[in-house]
Amino acid sequence: MRRAMVRVQTTVNGQPAEFLCEPRQSLLECLRDILGLTGTKEGCNDGNCGACAVIMDGRLVNSCLVLGVEAEGRTILTIEGLARGSELHPIQRAFLEQGAVQCGFCTPGLILATKALLDRIADPSEAEIRRWLANHLCRCTGYDKVVRAVRQAAAELKEACR
Amino acid sequence: MSDRPYEVIGTRPVRHDGADKVTGRAKFGADVRLPGMVYGYVLRSPHAHARIRRLDTTRAEQFPGVLAVVTAADLPESPDRPVDLVEGTLPLRYVRANVLARDKVLYKGHAVAAVAAVNRHVAEEAASLIEVDYEPLPAVLDVLGAMREDAPRVHEDLRMREFGETTERAGNIAEHFRFVLGEVEPSPTGEGLVPKGFADADVIVEREFRTAMVHQGYLEPQNATALWNQDGRVYVWTSTQGAFSAREAIAWVLDLPVSRVCVYPMEVGGAFGGKIRIYLEPVAALLSRKCGRPVQIVMPRRDVFEATGPTPGTVIRVKMGARKDGRISAAQVWMAYETGAFPSGQCAFGAMCILAPYDIPNLVIDGYDVVVNKPSTAPYRAPGATQAAFAAESVVDELAEKLGMDPIEFRLKNAAREGTRRADGPKHARIGCVEVLEAMRNHPHYRAPLEGQNRGRGVALGYWFNIGWYSACTISVNPDGTVNLVEGSVDLSGTRTSIAMQAAEVLGLRPDQVHPVVADTDSIGPTAVTGGSRTTYATGWAAYEAAHDVIRQMKQRAAMIWDVEPAAISFERGVFRTGERTMTFAELAARLEETGGPVIGRGAVNPASAGGSFAGAIADVEVDPGTGKVRLLRFTSLQDAGRAVHPTAVEGQMQGGSAQGIGWALFEEYAWTAEGAMANSSLLDYREPTALDVPPIETVIVEVPDPEHPFGVRGVGEANIVPPPAAIANAVYRAVGVRLRQLPLKASALVDALRAREN
Ligand code: FES
Ligand code: FES
Repeated sequence: MRRAMVRVQTTVNGQPAEFLCEPRQSLLECLRDILGLTGTKEGCNDGNCGACAVIMDGRLVNSCLVLGVEAEGRTILTIEGLARGSELHPIQRAFLEQGAVQCGFCTPGLILATKALLDRIADPSEAEIRRWLANHLCRCTGYDKVVRAVRQAAAELKEACR
Repeated sequence: MSDRPYEVIGTRPVRHDGADKVTGRAKFGADVRLPGMVYGYVLRSPHAHARIRRLDTTRAEQFPGVLAVVTAADLPESPDRPVDLVEGTLPLRYVRANVLARDKVLYKGHAVAAVAAVNRHVAEEAASLIEVDYEPLPAVLDVLGAMREDAPRVHEDLRMREFGETTERAGNIAEHFRFVLGEVEPSPTGEGLVPKGFADADVIVEREFRTAMVHQGYLEPQNATALWNQDGRVYVWTSTQGAFSAREAIAWVLDLPVSRVCVYPMEVGGAFGGKIRIYLEPVAALLSRKCGRPVQIVMPRRDVFEATGPTPGTVIRVKMGARKDGRISAAQVWMAYETGAFPSGQCAFGAMCILAPYDIPNLVIDGYDVVVNKPSTAPYRAPGATQAAFAAESVVDELAEKLGMDPIEFRLKNAAREGTRRADGPKHARIGCVEVLEAMRNHPHYRAPLEGQNRGRGVALGYWFNIGWYSACTISVNPDGTVNLVEGSVDLSGTRTSIAMQAAEVLGLRPDQVHPVVADTDSIGPTAVTGGSRTTYATGWAAYEAAHDVIRQMKQRAAMIWDVEPAAISFERGVFRTGERTMTFAELAARLEETGGPVIGRGAVNPASAGGSFAGAIADVEVDPGTGKVRLLRFTSLQDAGRAVHPTAVEGQMQGGSAQGIGWALFEEYAWTAEGAMANSSLLDYREPTALDVPPIETVIVEVPDPEHPFGVRGVGEANIVPPPAAIANAVYRAVGVRLRQLPLKASALVDALRAREN
């Protein structure tokens, strides 16, 4: 049986990307199963864990709640697109240096959430960080070291802007 | 720190798998992509308890895009026997029945059949075409109800084990055991035993506690990818805590020799005890055998809640007596744990821990494991101990209050020490119970004034015994002076690094000069699960042995080069030396080819036990008496790590365990419909703590080295989850004067209790 497929043209991690998907497939599925970008994780598939977060046209979205066809003409950043060549992004480095990664399953979502936060507020308070991250579950860390990582990244990025 | 005895141990290097974990490159189970791979979906029971009258898969098989359908009829029917499942022994028929139900479904979510298809949507659609004719049966959902003689039976063939022997008694009680210490006498009813010592007690507190079933709540759903190869070997890629325990369980269920199964342990997105059992692996393998292609199954989150191991809800009664001088004179405990659809041994673990922090002369503990029509329970971080400590530590707090003593001083007066006998028999080895309590008493948090209305501070203590078990490790020397370390321990949270650091310490290398690799079951010797807080302890010990084996062999090479006896060569801080002559590790590593070929060190250990770990918690709360909302103002976790190999990782364990304990205390629970369906099987309705629910978690690492371990390490993965619920409940009492004896400490229950007090 042939199912109706839709052609989608989009930009992923700075490169044009084109794929065929079923209308019912989520962006998360398209990234993972069609484009092979398995760095974006599926924790719940219903918008309640944040593991699948990506940045679409500058906004943080749960990719399990976006349809693949909605990516048409958009610009998408996934965890695979954050490092600069062979250098980790300062947010990635901060997560490692602060010990904010345990199992690492929530990490891609948390790192992209941090990027989206710091793009908006360069120097967030602890309360702002916690409120922003509250859409992302992390079962391993108790969030303490995650918050510290966000603060380190904020400080470094601010320094770099000077 | 100048008094640091070690170069590497106690430092905080970036973990070896760090770059992979922050770039999305780390491969978790669901990230496996194999040529020709297809996707599976499992059909599950809508009933909590029902007989399967008829199962017809014809329409699913004919659905376009479907490659295979399997049911319990595809499982082999080898003779039943008991199999050792890490956390307890179970008849093989029960293990198989949990993988795919045969004639009865025992809980909502119980697997009934599975479909492999070109994608998961097609597989799911096809599964909905499978016709199952169920005859619903009455379900038992509550542990006390299930214990009654006239309760509906979960298993017709279950016979109670009592005091280690199988009895003739049919019912839902799988096991009754008893621990006794000191002087006891028959109870007035003649049915059991009671401890002596209540007669000299000046105060006695006797209470009943209940805790709800909760889930480990890892973020990564269960998954399995299997290939039944045309040569008869079965390859499985999965997120498991133990590649070897998974290999055994898969082989048993499929009735294959273990050597025909190879398990590739993938990165694990959280486990906490819940990824020891197998669920999808044999199903994916059977589907693969039928269709000749690799099959991947990833559980939907709903199925993770409904069909993988939550941890038992409990009813626990604790009676304790103490004298005016502050000494506990007797304790009696009655505990019943709901094990879900199949027996599990967690009540015994709880019983081993419940009174372990204290030196109590006379005690009796009776424990019951009870089956109910709920998912088969699995260990959760210090399995059984958190529920037990909630009960015991609440009673200890009440005793201290009645005696007018500071709760930490009261605990110190009764604290277990080296040589104190545990309820389950063995004496404590060198433990850090007193040291943890002293660290709590001396901590600025405990001394800081806490002002304001409806605010209170609570403390509690927790214990987990930790396990040893077998681990294997090899170290091969690279010509550039680094080493590769191959290990069988799955890395859940950074143990590649804590193990590599122990090898680095011996070899005089930097941690980044040791490259750790977690191997599949074809490539390394058997290694027990990552669980029981054993990995940094036991596999680290194996790495220590392997590193010493490397040094021994390298000394022989140096001896050959220098033409001296190996015994004349010393090795310290990375330098081989005899007389005036020296060679660095790297210099010698470059000369292995000319001196006899590769050097491969080997470490294999099997410590019978491990040093137990104590943890304490101090919690400040503020209660809103109008809404019953409990807000955590400050939280400190303290734990004996023996020797903290990687302090950042140790702190991370303490903070993570504390956050889980906070969730368990305040809002996590399985909610049930009257029919026995989980009513909140999503991450929206089953509330795990977010960054807004927990305060910054302060940590204090206490170091009382374990005398057995070469570096004094104690496992730190578990004890930290044990005290938070009791500490928070005790804090709520100090804040508003009511004691809640049910987890979670629900806002509604708190409001009711406050209203009841007013009336
Ligand atoms: S997978 Fe998208 S929010 Fe959980
Ligand atoms: S590190 Fe495991 S869920 Fe966050």
